[in-house]
Amino acid sequence: MSELPAAHAAGAGAPAPENDAKARMRAALTAELPEEIVLHAEEDLRPFECDGLSAYRRLPMLAVLPSTIEQVQAVLRICHAHDTPVVARGAGTGLSGGALPLESGVLLSLAKFNRILDIDTANRRATVQPGVRNLAISQAVDHLGLYYAPDPSSQIACSIGGNVAENSGGVHCLKYGLTTNNIVQIEIVTIEGERLTIGSPALDSPGYDLLALMTGSEGLLGVIVEVVVKLLPKPELAQCALIAFDDVRKAGNAVAEIIKAGIVPAGLEMLDHPAILATEEFVHAGYPTDAAAILLCEIDGTEGEVADDMARVREVVEASGATDIRISRDDVERALFWAGRKAAFPAMGRISPDYYCMDGTIPRRALADVLIGIGELSEQYGQRVANVFHAGDGNLHPLILYDANQPGELENTEAFGGAICRLCLEYGGTITGEHGVGVEKIDQMCVQFPSAELTQFHAVKAAFDAKTLLNPDKAVPTLHRCAEFGAMHVHHGQLPHPELERL
Amino acid sequence: MQTSIIDALRDTEDGREADRILRACTHCGFCTATCPTYQLLGDERDGPRGRIYLIKQVLEGETPTEKTQYHLDRCLTCRACETTCPSGVEYAKLADIGRDLVDRQVERPARERWLRWLLRHVVAYRRRFAVVHALGQIARPFLVGRLAPLRQKLPPRRPRVDWPQASERSRLMLVHDGCVQPVATPNTNAHAARILDQLGIRLVAASGAGCCGALSQHLSHRAEAHDFARANIDAWWPYIEQGAEAIVITASGCGASITEYGYMLRNDPAYAEKAARVSELARDLSDILADEDLSALADIGGGRRVAYHPPCTLQNAPGLHDKIGVILAGAGYKLTHVSNAHLCCGSAGSYSILQPEIANQLRADKLSSLGADNPEVIVTANVGCQLHLEAAAGVPVRHWIELLEPEALKPVRAAAA
Repeated sequence: MSELPAAHAAGAGAPAPENDAKARMRAALTAELPEEIVLHAEEDLRPFECDGLSAYRRLPMLAVLPSTIEQVQAVLRICHAHDTPVVARGAGTGLSGGALPLESGVLLSLAKFNRILDIDTANRRATVQPGVRNLAISQAVDHLGLYYAPDPSSQIACSIGGNVAENSGGVHCLKYGLTTNNIVQIEIVTIEGERLTIGSPALDSPGYDLLALMTGSEGLLGVIVEVVVKLLPKPELAQCALIAFDDVRKAGNAVAEIIKAGIVPAGLEMLDHPAILATEEFVHAGYPTDAAAILLCEIDGTEGEVADDMARVREVVEASGATDIRISRDDVERALFWAGRKAAFPAMGRISPDYYCMDGTIPRRALADVLIGIGELSEQYGQRVANVFHAGDGNLHPLILYDANQPGELENTEAFGGAICRLCLEYGGTITGEHGVGVEKIDQMCVQFPSAELTQFHAVKAAFDAKTLLNPDKAVPTLHRCAEFGAMHVHHGQLPHPELERL
Repeated sequence: MQTSIIDALRDTEDGREADRILRACTHCGFCTATCPTYQLLGDERDGPRGRIYLIKQVLEGETPTEKTQYHLDRCLTCRACETTCPSGVEYAKLADIGRDLVDRQVERPARERWLRWLLRHVVAYRRRFAVVHALGQIARPFLVGRLAPLRQKLPPRRPRVDWPQASERSRLMLVHDGCVQPVATPNTNAHAARILDQLGIRLVAASGAGCCGALSQHLSHRAEAHDFARANIDAWWPYIEQGAEAIVITASGCGASITEYGYMLRNDPAYAEKAARVSELARDLSDILADEDLSALADIGGGRRVAYHPPCTLQNAPGLHDKIGVILAGAGYKLTHVSNAHLCCGSAGSYSILQPEIANQLRADKLSSLGADNPEVIVTANVGCQLHLEAAAGVPVRHWIELLEPEALKPVRAAAA
């Protein structure tokens, strides 16, 4: 278990005396950077000990808050020279612990890079710094009739650099794609401190598609310092249908039926009963609190397209047993329908002191079965769960409710979460849809991938970062770690990676 | 969020309250998006989530230094974060507890202590502040060179508007007078009284009432704030017993404080009930007027362009309702487009005096948003915002109620011309 990021054990421990390595790194950094941007005291570092996944906490050795690319280059160059690992952090809203610091590493905050550098309406592009908030891009081009399509639930706060690192999705990705489909170029700083432009303003460029490789690389390959995003024209009309069901299975089947009918909604989301209750209390979006599940189905396009598709959606969901269908009358009502969904995760804070947000994908046809399976697991583990997810692309977000102040509850929650991941895999799904692997699902990576593939992942990492200094021990587990994990979690009597020697 | 409050605090009122608030926080970071200082400074410690963490450390037994104090001081207490928090974290209440705890452990430099003492002991008392203000007006011509910035802090004198003649009206309302407003912008309440008089409402300011307590509350002297609250309740209570319908608030900053009296004095058996009643009765002037027939005012605006700056205390504090835009539009004014209306102007009570650098940066940003659509006049609903913006604005800055009295428009037009 030595490799387990047992951050929740760290808590508010005794301050470590400033050791040699820390003093050396601090001296090296402050020789080139202003002293006040290099944080070293525990008091200052504590607020950086976790991101949006606060169950995992670890105090960084040092945190640096640069405001120029030259400063970022200096940090990376110095870390490289001193063999010190670096973890980049944007808005700190990630849900898989991707920005969890290392005790022996430097935390590199990019929050000061929050300016939109250029808006190119002719080419419908915007050049932004990595710390720019996702929603701020759409707000800045709203008056031009444009927007940036990927819209994760945390879009009000999450930053574009983190979106690229995690290949974030959102409710609109069903129709408009993930982050990778909506950016054309990025600039990174390599671990050696060199600036590198990847991608190009053109639609395609020769050579390997390194931009696709970088998107979703979770900070393992480089530090993003600039992003050129695509802007889309706002659709002429968008309408959202709020559809209620008295049975989760009917709602799950309705999703499969909508897609089968050839309709491509701009968003197709589902909330189950506990999620409806929690969000309704905060947002008052008018969700029917007696429904077993609701679907939010958004259709956008020209007026004719929306009218046609909406009529077909109505037909399909009525045939699937919908108990109530409301279609937004204007943009205010549409925004209200969505407001509940967007605030669903943190609204759990109102019904439970803590929640653990899972992120798995499954084939759409398995939605109902997996939901029922999660319900059974909930009883088995004795913990409440609320389900909020991107139903259209089969991306589940079960939210396990727990109380971190109760001894043992976090551990039970994690075990419950692991069981949900395995359930997704059994139905042919994956362990993460959009939140990334980070530290949270690193063990499940061992279940998802055989060692040959993991070996190739490590080879890619080595091509960019031979010393393994950029966000190490995240996203891609070492084979050794997988062997240990496999020894503890024997699944259906089969050991994963039987070729490796167990410790 | 997981908490482990130290034994010494866990069973105190503050400890229980802080724990309750902290437990609701899920560390999602939504709050950082609407926090003016986080957006300006990009430092976790200068956003609500980071400050919550700094406070949590102290509650968990870490000894704070002047650095924690520094970042807590830089919070505007604008409460914009509370409006974006999906988990309902009551940040402002936690911040009050945190500041108090830190200030008890970290002594401030003499100059700061002195400045804070002055704010609490001079500005919060109407007569004392009036003396200083009068001296300042005399000294105005001499405020040159290094003293020139002080001139900004002195609002220019304006001709006094008279209160209506005492008359028997069927309806009675109290007006909160406060500390700074009657000295710096006394016409605000006079205009309010005149307008309400026309609507058949007698407005009275109770003698003996004073500062709402917000200054002390935000300078880590909560017991002193509670004393101000009790004094106001005592002054208002006879009128409430006579049937005063409401306590009219013309400075939203005070309103935010008075609507919290019920919470502040919840553990004071002698005052808890009265305080809760006072909090219920506190209503912003815009909320009162929105319920009245204002058709007589329909054309007085004549299409003049007005930029409205909603104070944080009207936008973000629960309990006070902002209906100013609707009233002004109904009175024939054209409201200009103002971007980022949710961001604080930097006034924030005593903040503009204690944190001038950030306050002035926020003001510059705010004035550029307010001025973008060419208004003739900027209006707001809080004396603090009004004076802070006025000191650097190129157009007149007024309390919005002034626009509802035609004679008040003359100086506006003259100044704009």
